[in-house]
Formats: sequence, C-alpha cells, structure tokens
Amino acid sequence: MIIRFFHQMGSPRYFYNVAGKLVPWFMVSFLITLVFGLYHGLFVAPPDYQQGESYRIMYIHVPSAWMSMFIYVVMAVSGLISLVWRIKMTEIVVISSATVGASFTFLALATGSLWGKPMWGTWWVWDARLTSELILLFLYLGIIALHSAIEDKRVAARAVSILALVGVVNIPIIHYSVEWWNTLHQPASVTKFDKPSMDMSMLIPLLTMAISFKLYYGAVVLMRARAEIVERERNSRWVQEMVEQEAK
Amino acid sequence: MNPIRKKRLTLIGLMVAGIGVATWLALNAFDENLMFFFSPSEVVEGKAPEAHPFRIGGLVQSDSVKRKPDGLTTAFSVTDNAEAVTVEYTGILPDLFREGQGIVAMGQLNQNGIFIASEVLAKHDENYMPPEVAESLKTAHDEAVANPQPQASVQ
Repeated sequence: MIIRFFHQMGSPRYFYNVAGKLVPWFMVSFLITLVFGLYHGLFVAPPDYQQGESYRIMYIHVPSAWMSMFIYVVMAVSGLISLVWRIKMTEIVVISSATVGASFTFLALATGSLWGKPMWGTWWVWDARLTSELILLFLYLGIIALHSAIEDKRVAARAVSILALVGVVNIPIIHYSVEWWNTLHQPASVTKFDKPSMDMSMLIPLLTMAISFKLYYGAVVLMRARAEIVERERNSRWVQEMVEQEAK
Repeated sequence: MNPIRKKRLTLIGLMVAGIGVATWLALNAFDENLMFFFSPSEVVEGKAPEAHPFRIGGLVQSDSVKRKPDGLTTAFSVTDNAEAVTVEYTGILPDLFREGQGIVAMGQLNQNGIFIASEVLAKHDENYMPPEVAESLKTAHDEAVANPQPQASVQ
C-alpha cells in the first residue's frame, strides 16, 4: 500500500493532483496553529525571569532556526534519492524547498540579531553557532543561484543535489556548535535528550509555532512543486488538456 | 537494487564521508580559533595570548562588582568556580549583566594581571521560566542550604 503510494507520488501528474487537494488543508491548519501559537506566545505565556518580555522573539526565532535545518535535511535526502534513482519528483522537491529554506534561515539570523542587541549587547558575533548558521544561508543562496545558472532542468537538479549533499555536513556542526566550542549563543533548551530547560507554559506555544512553521513549509513546497511540474511538463498531453479545460 | 544505482549510492556515500572527514580535520585544526572565549583557568595558566586582545568568559563573581568614582568604570571578577580574573570596563553594561551572570569580555591583560575590557557581552543561559518559578526555586534552594537534610548530618 505505502510503497504503491510512493510509486504513484513519483509521477508528476499524480503528485500535481494530490498536492492540489492537500494545499488548502495545510494552509488552514497552518493558520489555526499560527494564531494559537502567536496568541499564547505573545500574550498568555508569562514573562521570563531574566529577560522579561524580550524573550518572546524566540517564538519566531527558534522555530525558524529549526526549520532552516529541517528543510536542508529534506533537500539533502531528496537530493540523494534524485541522484541515485533519478526520480523527477524528488528533484522538484529539492529546488522547491530552497527559497523557503533560505527565508527561514534569514528570519532566524535577523530575529536573533534583534534579540542579541539588548540581551548580549551586540548585533552579531563570530561565534561558532552564528557563523555556521550564516554558512547555511550561503549554502541555500548557492543552491538557488546554481539552479538558475543551468538551463537544462534535469542537469541543474543533479548539480543542486550534489551541492545539497556536500553542505549537509554543516547541519551537525550547527546543532552541536554550542556543545563542541565555547560560544556566546546559549546551549539547546528543547532539542536535547534531557528534560527541556523551559517552563511548560512557554514550551507549549513554542512547539505549536514549530508545528505551524512545518505546516507552512508543507503548503509552500507543495504549491511551488505544482508550479514547477506544470512548467516542466508544459509539452505533455495532460497539462495541455488541463489548460484547455481551464480555458473553457 | 540494480548495479548502477548501487554504484551511484556508494559514490555518493564516499563523497559525503570524505567531506565529513575533511571538515572534521579542518575543524580540529582550527579548534582553538573556533573557541569564542578563554576561561579564567586558561588565562591564569597562561594559555591566553599576551600580545593581542582576546575574549574571556565566565560568571561574574558575587560581591565583586565595584563602581569606580568616575561613574562609568566597573571592576568585577570573572570566575569559572576554579580561578578568577579581575576585569575593568568603562562603558555601558548590557541588561543581563549582574552578579552570578555569565559574561564574555573582549580585551587585554595589563602588567598587573587585570583584564582591561573594551567590550562586555552578557551570555544568556538555556533556562526559560516565569519569575514566580525562579523565585520558588530560589527559596527552595535557600531552604535546602539553611536546613541540610537529616541524613546528611548523620553521616
């Protein structure tokens, strides 16, 4: 059953139809979790014992930083599948994820910087965590640039997949940078095997925001993938029939 | 899995492993430069550079913060609970600066072994809690210190 489903999802036409049905669900659940997470994070959660109200920026910062790494791992895995099995759909997933991943990375860096000025006393320092996250942003930008530099979409996808796989070494570096080296950035509060170092009243809105951002990524990647499918398959019969039907 | 795919998978595996090893070697070689700061123990042992500025990181020792008469200069000790180094800084301290707080200071040691800082940054820890929880934790801790457990006194 599951194998058959994945087999069918490998077909652009099938993917296009299923994705079209899924997008509204992702969007609605994204909006619901977003409103819940933001309301509870910004208004209901208590202020922090040291940082006061300023800590609330973490409701955007932390989920964005998680997403920046999560999306990169998705791209690397899809890149691996594209290189080995030459599946068109995973190639499309790689490139459809790049822009949204870059946006989350930028958001994480920008919100972190805004928080850093009042809390640390500086906008930016070259410590291991901040530097490796900046490298991640450059990797995303490199992937986007490389993809648009190559005319042939399938060749471009292969090049991009290799770059995504090369850059995947950065992911454990980002995650463990705060443990391996002395950094100004604090160690992990939530993503560790121990009990989270965060009060429940603050943790629940944070996890809701993390789910919300994942749903947003789901919606965006499906929409972008659909656009990419139509562009790539514009000469195939099913796309032309669909366009003719829409025109009527 | 057919042989071509197997070959591709092996090649990619080797590539990723190779890059992993190369990165690991590079990071190991630069280990010292990747350290954002030196601990007071390392400074006392003389591991920190003498000729050029470096960063020192640790906790602000309690009851060590003294304001100089000029109103802008602050002197305090930075400790890692083993060694302590005296730091002097002229300027505005960040919001989170207080006794017991982790900080990172940039500067240089003078002849008397006092660290003259040009910049002081507060290091935040990973704990997030409401003020009431922090208050009750503190009270519980103070009580535990004031009245040690009976078992402890028997031994």
